[in-house]
Amino acid sequence: MTRMSFAEATRRALADEMRRDPLVWALGEDLVQGGIFGQYKGLAEEFGADRIVSTPISESTIMGAGLGAALCGTRPIVEMRIADFTLCAMDELVSQIAKVRYMFGGQGRAALVVRMPQGMWRNSAAQHSQCLEAWLTHIPGLVVAAPGTPADAAGLLKAAIRSDDPVVLMEPKNLWTSEGEVPEKVAPIPFGVARHAAAGDAATVVTWSATVPVAEQGALESGLACDVFDLRSLWPWDEAAVIASARRTRRLLVVHEAVTVSGFGAEVVARVVEALGPGGLAAVERLGAPRAPVPFSPPLEDSLRITPARVADAIRRLAAR
Amino acid sequence: MSGTSNETARRMAMLRDMARIRAFEREAVAAMREGKAPGVVHPSIGQEAVAVGVCANLRRADRITSTHRGHGHAIAKGADARAMMLELHGRAGGSCGGKGGSMHIADFAVGMLGANGVVGAGIPIACGAAQAIRLTKEDAIVACFFGDGAVNRGPFLEGMNWAALYRLPVLFVCEDNGFAAFTRNSAVTAGGGPAVRAEACGVPATGVDGEDALAVDAVAAELVARVRAGAGPQFLHAKCYRWEGHTGTDAAAYRPAEEAAAARQRDCIRRLAALLVAAGVSEGEIAALEAGAAAEMAGHRAAAMAAPWPDPGAAFTDVQDAGAPA
Repeated sequence: MTRMSFAEATRRALADEMRRDPLVWALGEDLVQGGIFGQYKGLAEEFGADRIVSTPISESTIMGAGLGAALCGTRPIVEMRIADFTLCAMDELVSQIAKVRYMFGGQGRAALVVRMPQGMWRNSAAQHSQCLEAWLTHIPGLVVAAPGTPADAAGLLKAAIRSDDPVVLMEPKNLWTSEGEVPEKVAPIPFGVARHAAAGDAATVVTWSATVPVAEQGALESGLACDVFDLRSLWPWDEAAVIASARRTRRLLVVHEAVTVSGFGAEVVARVVEALGPGGLAAVERLGAPRAPVPFSPPLEDSLRITPARVADAIRRLAAR
Repeated sequence: MSGTSNETARRMAMLRDMARIRAFEREAVAAMREGKAPGVVHPSIGQEAVAVGVCANLRRADRITSTHRGHGHAIAKGADARAMMLELHGRAGGSCGGKGGSMHIADFAVGMLGANGVVGAGIPIACGAAQAIRLTKEDAIVACFFGDGAVNRGPFLEGMNWAALYRLPVLFVCEDNGFAAFTRNSAVTAGGGPAVRAEACGVPATGVDGEDALAVDAVAAELVARVRAGAGPQFLHAKCYRWEGHTGTDAAAYRPAEEAAAARQRDCIRRLAALLVAAGVSEGEIAALEAGAAAEMAGHRAAAMAAPWPDPGAAFTDVQDAGAPA
């Protein structure tokens, strides 16, 4: 194990994959300069300008060219810079990439990775802070992953590159510089397998992406032993682990940075209730953002932020019922 | 003398494909109007010379991207017309197993990377295909078909700049049939039009009479040669006319009937046939060629009507591997 940042863990994982498979390449803005979070640092020097391609600010074509390149046998990494900019390339992602295999009857596949760092980071305000993972879990054809630790980000990136499905990898912007233990040899992490971050009977806590360390810390601060799951991937997601845990604890808390309304937490709760029946849970809560854009000013932004204290409060509320 | 006979054979092959496209689309439109083909077909009748003149200069390994009005491109690239007819009837055995329909016909075996239901969406895809071809050192190019309506979409601007920037092996083919759906494109397009816009991004543009198959063939030959030689992307602006409405059931009441009638007088098939007759091909050979095309497509339509529907379970296959529908 080596301690390293999110950015460094994914940089190394991408380099491993590019050494392993000459068909892997990356395209996006400023990649030759290392990407805005340093996650591509040094790769242009090793792999050349044909495989680490700095592009114009042309999101539709970054995404659409990724598809064309995948249909011709290569395995592109499509870098969106930040998730919000994906909105300029939604046709290419949703109506082209996600559907090409299906609507052409399996003749071609969009074996590519779309990296879209998301969420609040350094007071970036309303157009650079969104968490829109629920939009993409709604789209048949896409795999959606949202890692919360450097090791998982690296392992999921490797899995995404080797997958024949189009995989959306939503890295938490706020955690790029945060550090964690990463194995010397990172193995691909299968989609749909949660990381069981903590064990306990007081409540089942489900989270992903930037709120992973927040929820883990909150569970500690609650003083109650909780079953904490970092889903890591949202489609497919580890329904079996969550349902089994909720069946035992009868208390379910879902924590995410995204707006609560129609967030992926709603899907998690709905599936648990479907599985356990309406009387299967004693208490359930979703902890997410209010249905408001992300503001700029630090105290305003903080008013939306999920904190360990808020997670701990929610756990105690659930446990009291 | 053999040069002349080779030339005649090439032109006869082009005429055959043009006649096949027209016969295919006549059957497709009839099937749609009779309710036998579900959904919508967008006929390219009258525009056959563009598809055939360009694809006559492509090889099997070359790729094309196409549009919602794409039957002609597919047939000209060598796609299986029977499978296409089954596809637009929604039947098992169709090009896409009945999951795509007319607007999503693809035939990867011949490099046809797909029609597209979104205007201009093939442009970024063609750019990426060309990048992959370069990365894998494949000996192939990409021809990217789109209509005049596409020049008002953002991906057109992005794609022209992108292809020029990376000097990609792409031939852009703007089939300018004058109409963006129900609206005359000149009524919604400012400035100098498709060629001027392409040139503004550094993609050299050449205009051609898209109703003259030999002119398209000659210009496409030159542009394809440049693309193959590594000169970077080229742009072909082919003026033509959409004989039918936007779809098989659109009567196109928004334009004067005499305008469409005049276009029918310029019929690209009759023009090429007349040249072949002047070169010594008999009227009987031409008639036999056209009758053969009509019989082929009528046979495909009968086959489509006789073909089974897809297994309902096929609705849930080929979605994705991880997290596939239960």
